[in-house]
Amino acid sequence: MITSVDCRIDATMSMTLSSSGLNKIGSLHIAQTCLSMPSRHRSWRLLCSPICSASVSLLVEERRSTFDREKADRLVKDLKKVFNSGKTKTYEWRIAQLTSMLKMIEENEADIYRALYQDLSKPESEAFISEVAMTTGSCKLALKELDQWMKPQKAKTTVTTYPSSAEIVSEPLGIVLVISTWNYPFLLSLDPVIGALAAGNAVVLKPSEIAPASASLLSKLFREYLDNSAVKVVEGAVDETTALLEQKWDKIFYTGNGRVGRIIMAAAAKHLTPVILELGGKCPAVVDSNTNLQVSAKRIVAGKWGCNNGQTCIAPDYIITTKAFAPKLIDALKNELVEFFGDYPMKSKDMSRLINLYHFKRLTSLMDEDEVSDKIVVGGQRNEEQLKISPTILLDVPETSQIMQEEIFGPLLPILTVDNVEDSFNIINSRSKPLAAYIFTSDEELKKAFVRDISAGGMLINDTIIHLTVDSLPFGGVGESGMGSYHGKFSFDSFSHKKGVLYRGFTGDSPTRFPPYTPAKLRLLKALISGDIFQVLRSMIGLPKN
Amino acid sequence: MGGEAGDDPNFEKDLEELRETFNSGKTRDASWRRSQLKAMQLLLKETEDEIFHALKQDLGKPRCEAYRDEIGTVTKSVQYALGNLKYWMSAKKVNLPLIAFPATAELIPEPLGLVYIISSWNFPFGLSLEPIIGAIAAGNVVVLKPSELAPTCSAVLASVIDKYLDNKAIKVFQGGVSVGQQLLQHKWDKIFFTGSAQVGRLVMAAAANHLTPVTLELGGKCPAVVDSISGSWDRESTFKRILGGKFASCAGQVCIGVDYILVEKRYLSTLVSRLQIWIRKMFGDNPKECLARIINKHHFIRLKNLLSDPLVKASIRHGGSLDEANLFIEPTILVDPPLHSAIMTEEIFGPLLPIITLDKIEDSVKFINSRPKPLTIYAFTNNEKLKKMLIAGTSSGGITFNDTLVQHAADTIPFGGVGGSGFGRYHGKFSFDTFSHEKAILRRGFLTDFWFRFPPWDDKKLQLFRDAYRYDYIGIALTFLGLKK
Repeated sequence: MITSVDCRIDATMSMTLSSSGLNKIGSLHIAQTCLSMPSRHRSWRLLCSPICSASVSLLVEERRSTFDREKADRLVKDLKKVFNSGKTKTYEWRIAQLTSMLKMIEENEADIYRALYQDLSKPESEAFISEVAMTTGSCKLALKELDQWMKPQKAKTTVTTYPSSAEIVSEPLGIVLVISTWNYPFLLSLDPVIGALAAGNAVVLKPSEIAPASASLLSKLFREYLDNSAVKVVEGAVDETTALLEQKWDKIFYTGNGRVGRIIMAAAAKHLTPVILELGGKCPAVVDSNTNLQVSAKRIVAGKWGCNNGQTCIAPDYIITTKAFAPKLIDALKNELVEFFGDYPMKSKDMSRLINLYHFKRLTSLMDEDEVSDKIVVGGQRNEEQLKISPTILLDVPETSQIMQEEIFGPLLPILTVDNVEDSFNIINSRSKPLAAYIFTSDEELKKAFVRDISAGGMLINDTIIHLTVDSLPFGGVGESGMGSYHGKFSFDSFSHKKGVLYRGFTGDSPTRFPPYTPAKLRLLKALISGDIFQVLRSMIGLPKN
Repeated sequence: MGGEAGDDPNFEKDLEELRETFNSGKTRDASWRRSQLKAMQLLLKETEDEIFHALKQDLGKPRCEAYRDEIGTVTKSVQYALGNLKYWMSAKKVNLPLIAFPATAELIPEPLGLVYIISSWNFPFGLSLEPIIGAIAAGNVVVLKPSELAPTCSAVLASVIDKYLDNKAIKVFQGGVSVGQQLLQHKWDKIFFTGSAQVGRLVMAAAANHLTPVTLELGGKCPAVVDSISGSWDRESTFKRILGGKFASCAGQVCIGVDYILVEKRYLSTLVSRLQIWIRKMFGDNPKECLARIINKHHFIRLKNLLSDPLVKASIRHGGSLDEANLFIEPTILVDPPLHSAIMTEEIFGPLLPIITLDKIEDSVKFINSRPKPLTIYAFTNNEKLKKMLIAGTSSGGITFNDTLVQHAADTIPFGGVGGSGFGRYHGKFSFDTFSHEKAILRRGFLTDFWFRFPPWDDKKLQLFRDAYRYDYIGIALTFLGLKK
């Protein structure tokens, strides 16, 4: 009981941090933001009791002293020493870490479910699929393929450098920082860490403070299972992240939103650190009338509400369909919702809740906007105590409304209607590039046009979400949805430097290379470049002695 | 220099036009890309003399050098791009794991959009056109800002690109710092920068505002590790190639030029004396005909100051004469200048070549690792163990054994830095990839779904998932039939 109270305080505090603090990164006072908490919330009442506020300030004090710039300095210095020792570069070390990671997940599955339930009420099956199975899968793949991935890749050489041989060697970048997020606290922390370890780097993971139970479990498990001299977890919020970002990293991998992504990239610029930004965006789902309606509806419902209740960066954010088809689609979606979550979805155990009050309020305000609130055709119920909003479908909200401006990241699904399904392309292209774009259709021509004309991080035709599970596809955004990609070998590559190595012997210098220069040399050079053998011979014959 | 720079109110209009061109979809067509690459070929062929002239004017580059390092290399790259374009542009089928159900997947490269290329003055044509080839091949619209420090070249680039390439899709903006800064405020889909780390930081910070990915091609102090080589042919080749890589390419003003040499003490006298002989042979009679000059007064004085430290001055073994009127510096060799002196802490970027002696050549690994990661490491050796040590024990953009600079001409190995020498890579297909987004596409039919994919959840479904992820198809069958827990 006590622990759950603690957690809630922690969660609430972190929540205010994230909601109001990130834009003034670095200049934030935890104690102050606590005061600006909305008083209606239950947790706020908890906070108001003298004991709790005392414990909060205590916690703040503790946080202050636990991780600051000085600590960050030392952390990075220590890691550098370990990295420079060469230990993390060895195949054996990488395999040992990946094996422990696998063991860590498998042995602590129950704890992981518990943490996910605490933070998000995530149903166990969903948690198994999207967090446990995905990460163990990544581990296994890396364990199986690592020797292949690490092998230098032969490269052909051309006549310009003849005779020579060349290869591309993958080497670790050094010390990498992984900043993960709260919606899939395990998957989005472990998956990049797996790539970083496989590539032979030293790693610091900063899990999201907004999913506190998961963050502290990660911290505990990393201590127990992984090599603590080279792999570390730093828990914390804005102050800690700021302290970390001041350090010089060899790579920063961030999952989250564009606003913080910009801050991260600007901080990285000071040290010329390359970044991978895994952001989100409004992922559209186009539904053509020429489609298998029932299957399409089922897969949309699964991708929207069956995956962390819409709190997923690749969830369908909104649907575009034709005016004529919209009523049929809505009926089908309704049916599938009942099929999945019963007649009272607010009571369903098969759906995650919203992460915190801040996001609950953000979502309800999206629903309550003028000209939006009257467009709700399914759902619309809410329960602030339980942080739940029922699956909600809105029809023909104005394109200028807030719900169509920002990433929804919750159980609201607006449907826009167009006269012709091709008109959907203009709507999508007039917005920033999404992380994923979905289309449901049996029309081959339409599929082709969709692939050709729409730019997105990834595309999935006739389904949702599952492209994420395919290791052989790179996962990552473009434009506003981010840069860089990962998963499977792409993760390994993202955390490696590809060093071009060229081997030359001492023979085979063309005389044209070195001064003194003559017109004849220039002629030969031109002939060589154009690959014109006849010219080469001619200029060589005509070449005065050299 | 670059005095014509200033506020150009036409940027907005030009950028809008470029966006329109991109949105029209024309640059995506293979035929457009091919036509532009062919036009680039024609440009290189027909305006050769103009290019030679401009390079002579700005940098005193000899024609042979200009052809070898700029026109020739770019000609080769265009040819390579034309030959491979179809393959580069094709979608790549991707194998799917069993668990992914009946589905097909592919990777389709698509252009990023409007890209901004900032090039440098030392290879004004090479470092401008090489990335443009990649950007065009990938189907982007392009803005190039050449360096104002090579003003003749900048003007020639502006006029010939306008004349030969599609000027609705590829534009050159000339100007200095203020133009560069103005342009950086805009939203680009990619920024490709060649230059110094200091400006690289500014570029990346500006890019962060718009979440624009960047490629930074920076420099660093590239060492040449010279092992004591026994065979006389190998030895003489080494010396020639070092001198070629230091002095005979833009007078050492090259990001991958040899910055300093690491050598064993006992081998020093051979090295110095042979280098001196070869310097005379190569550049002896008329060095100004065979070597480029320093780009401008500012850099000339910077280099002069590197030598002004009395301890550094005392370490000069060869050369050292400076002709300020002609901005010409003689090939200069120094032995063991103090390691804390500027010449050993800053990138030299000029025809000064310090030689640092070590007790054992293996110490070079430690020496290199105690400094920022260079763009390239050169090593001259026949010792396979030393080669392995250097590959595994050091980090750099790339390594080239037994030669200098030629890696720049290899289309099949990535060119780019790591750490202080930048990030991102180009050349050949890597250029194409740098300017493309690889879009992952997964196609599904409507036929099969594992019914246990969807809620409502129960233990049986969870068990089925476990089996499916373990590829335990017998388990799936058993659970399905109700025979397993």
